Amino acid sequence: MSATELITASGGLDCHLNGDNGCGFPAPGAEIFQFDAVFTFSIGSLDVHITKVTLVLVLVSVVLMAFFLYAFNRPKLVPRGAQNVGEMGYVFIRDGIARETMGKDGDKFVPFLFTLFFFIWLLNFAGIVPFLQIPVTSIFAIPVAFALIVYLTWVPLGIYRQGFIGFFKNMMFPPGVPKAMYVLLAPLEFLSNILVRPATHAIRLFANMFAGHLLIASFSVAAFYLLSASVIGILGSAASFVVAIALTGFEALIQALQAYIFTLLAAVYISGALKAEH
Amino acid sequence: MTSILAAAVLAASTTEGEEMPSVLAVPIDELIIGLIAFFVVFGVLAKLALPAIKKTLDERTNTIEGGIERAESAQAEAQKVLEDYREQLASAREEAAAIRTQAQADRSAIIEEARAEARTAAQTVTAAAEAQLAADRAQATASLTRQVGELAVGLAGKVVGTSLTDDARVRQTVEDFIADLEQQVAR
Repeated sequence: MSATELITASGGLDCHLNGDNGCGFPAPGAEIFQFDAVFTFSIGSLDVHITKVTLVLVLVSVVLMAFFLYAFNRPKLVPRGAQNVGEMGYVFIRDGIARETMGKDGDKFVPFLFTLFFFIWLLNFAGIVPFLQIPVTSIFAIPVAFALIVYLTWVPLGIYRQGFIGFFKNMMFPPGVPKAMYVLLAPLEFLSNILVRPATHAIRLFANMFAGHLLIASFSVAAFYLLSASVIGILGSAASFVVAIALTGFEALIQALQAYIFTLLAAVYISGALKAEH
Repeated sequence: MTSILAAAVLAASTTEGEEMPSVLAVPIDELIIGLIAFFVVFGVLAKLALPAIKKTLDERTNTIEGGIERAESAQAEAQKVLEDYREQLASAREEAAAIRTQAQADRSAIIEEARAEARTAAQTVTAAAEAQLAADRAQATASLTRQVGELAVGLAGKVVGTSLTDDARVRQTVEDFIADLEQQVAR
C-alpha cells in the first residue's frame, strides 16, 4: 500500500494509540482487497469493471511476455544475460516439474506449466512491488480462473486417454483395497478428485496470498497506529515496522513457493490423467 | 464448483457489512479477464518465445552429446591403437625370445660340431702318424734286417773265405738267425 492508502486505511492522520480522539486499532480487513472501478463498460448484459487489479494484471502480463520474448529472441547456443536467466527458468520447469512428474511425456506440457508458474509468480510478486502492492492472486477470481484452466485440461485429457468409463473407474476404484471398502471409497474419491481438488487448488493459492498481504498490511498499519511521542510509542512502532519488512521478505519466499506448488499440482493432475496412477 | 463457491460466499459474507462483497466472490468479469490474460500470455509464450529456446536447448544437447560421442570414439580408437601396440610389442618380445633360444641351441650345436670335427681331425692326424711310424719302423726293421744280414754274410764270407752272396740258402740261414735273435729279444 502506498503511504496515503496506508494512512486512509489506518483511520486518518490522527488515529494513534492513546491519541486525543480515542481511536481504536483500525485493523485492515477485506476492504483492502476491494478496489473501485477505474472505468466500466458493458459487453451485452455483462458489466466489465476495470480496477487497479485489472490494470496490474495487464501490466504483469505485458512485462512477462516482453521479458521472455526479449530473453528468447534469437537464442544463442552459448547463453548470455537475459537468455541465461530465462533458460534457467525453462530448464527448472522442464526438469524440475514436467519431467519429474510425467517423464518424457512432460515435454509437451512445458509451455503450459511455464506460463502457469511465471504468470502466477509475477502476479504474486506484484504484492510487494511498490505502488502496485496488490498480489493479483489474492483476488479470488484469478486463482479460480487458473484452477479452472487446469481442471479443464486434465479432466478431458484423462477421459481422452483412459476412456470415459476407464477414467472414472481408475479414479473411484483404486486396486488393492478390500471390495467392501469401495462402498465408502468410491464416492469419496469422486468427491475429492472432481469437486474438492479444483476448489483446494484455487483456495490454497488465494488464501496464502490473501493472508500474507493482510499480515503485511496489519503490521504496516500498526507501525503507524502505535507511533506516538513516547518511548513505548516509538519502540512499538519501530518493532511493527521491522516485522512488516521481515514479513515482506518472507512473502517473497511464499510467493515463489505458492506459484511452484500450484504448478506442481497442475503437473501432478495432468500426469494422473495421462496414465492411471494405480 | 459454482455451488460450493456460492455456499462459501454466503458463509463468508455474514461477518462483513451488507455493502461489502465477500472476498470469495467470483465476479464473472474478473474471471473472464483472468482467463483471457492467461490465454494471451500462454499463446504468446508458447507460440513465440518458447519454441526458440526449446530448439536451442535441443541443439545444445545434441552438440554436447555429439562432442561426447566424438570423444568416446577417439578414446576407443586410442585404446585400440594401444592394444595393437601392446600386441606387437608382445609378439616382438616372443620373437626375440625365440631367436635367443634358437641362438643358444645353434651355439651348442656349433660348438659340438667343431668339437667333433677337431676330434676327428686329431684322430686322423694320430692315425696317419701312427701309420707313418709303423711304416717307418717296418722299413727300418726291413732295412736293418737286410744290412745286418749282409754284414753277417760278408763277415761270415770273410771268415769262411767263400762268397755267400745272392744265394737262397744263405738268405734262409740269415732269416732263421734273425728270427732266433728276435725270439731272444722277446724273451
